[in-house]
Amino acid sequence: MNMPFYANGMFGDGAGLTFALVIGLAFGWFLERGGLGNARKLAGQFYLTDMTVLKVMFSAIVTAMLGLFWLNRVGFLDVTRIVVPGTFVVPQAIGGIIFGIGFVMGGLCPGTSCVSAATGRRDGFAVVGGMAAGVLLFGLLFPVLRGLYEATPMGNVTLPELLGVRAGVVVFGVTAMAIGMFTAATAIERRVNQGGGKA
Amino acid sequence: MTAAVEGISRPAAGSGRRAAPYMNPYVAGVGIGGILLLAFVVMGRGLGASGAFSTVVSVAVADIAPAAASSNEAFARYLGDGTTSPLADWVLVEIVGVILGGLMSARLAGRFHFMTERGPRAGVRARLAFAFAGGTLMGLGARLARGCTSGLALTGGAMLMPGAWIFIATAFAAGFAASPLFRRQWL
Repeated sequence: MNMPFYANGMFGDGAGLTFALVIGLAFGWFLERGGLGNARKLAGQFYLTDMTVLKVMFSAIVTAMLGLFWLNRVGFLDVTRIVVPGTFVVPQAIGGIIFGIGFVMGGLCPGTSCVSAATGRRDGFAVVGGMAAGVLLFGLLFPVLRGLYEATPMGNVTLPELLGVRAGVVVFGVTAMAIGMFTAATAIERRVNQGGGKA
Repeated sequence: MTAAVEGISRPAAGSGRRAAPYMNPYVAGVGIGGILLLAFVVMGRGLGASGAFSTVVSVAVADIAPAAASSNEAFARYLGDGTTSPLADWVLVEIVGVILGGLMSARLAGRFHFMTERGPRAGVRARLAFAFAGGTLMGLGARLARGCTSGLALTGGAMLMPGAWIFIATAFAAGFAASPLFRRQWL
């Protein structure tokens, strides 16, 4: 097996874009089916009334992570050919803080705002408009923000490399953490929604 | 108060009684994880969302002020080398798919409605203003972090990228910390 196929030159850009459309269709379908086009449902995550965001996000991460791990292990896939944004500690920490505040304020993230707007929600359109404004603002401020944007680069280092342990150890740890969080999330959701505690 | 809290786990009031219930979140998550894995295996890249906004905004800026766009790396990197259209971008095409997929799913489930999702105490105008402002913050944050929930958290998370896990942790922490400020919008 010669995975990833595109990165190994097995098909061209046109086929890649057709595949992008298919992948997007499926992604949008599952986001909407899971209720992630609904801002109230997403915002419920931050008030502990609805843990859908956490459950969907971590089951998606664990599924893809386990697939990558095993395909790499049996030699079908070369994970080093996969493109990732790279780690920049400080801008990703600060970006995460700004993003998190925006998330609870707007109730949707960039991908889900597109689903929300596509299903007729006006608040979805407002988040989409805000996203465009934010991206424009970043561009206009880029001369000032450049130093921060490029600060603390760590390249394509992975968590196992950083911690000096085998990949399997981290994969097991993330899976165990996710299962622990799912159990806790369900218990918290039940308690909060039954009026057992103030959200 | 109790009614409002209960309401949030169901399709919002006004969404119509015919709406089908949402899919089990673990099934949706495994589905999205499978799609992400397929993108890794076939393309050698993950999913994305904020990149589509960057492309569209950069193309718009280049239309209005070509010199300013090409001299600013934040825009220029989304404009390509001129050999192909910058709109023929993988993430942008993927997001067009997301919009169509979301629309089809909502139509078939009876969940397509022109309405504003908001808490029982939130006014429509305030909700839309907060949504726009929240979107602006997310646009800034995602650009600074080099990705959003899709391109950084899901993609980088599955790739065991330290920066992605930093982003996940800080975004959730900040969301929880700021949540009391926006309580009126939701509960």
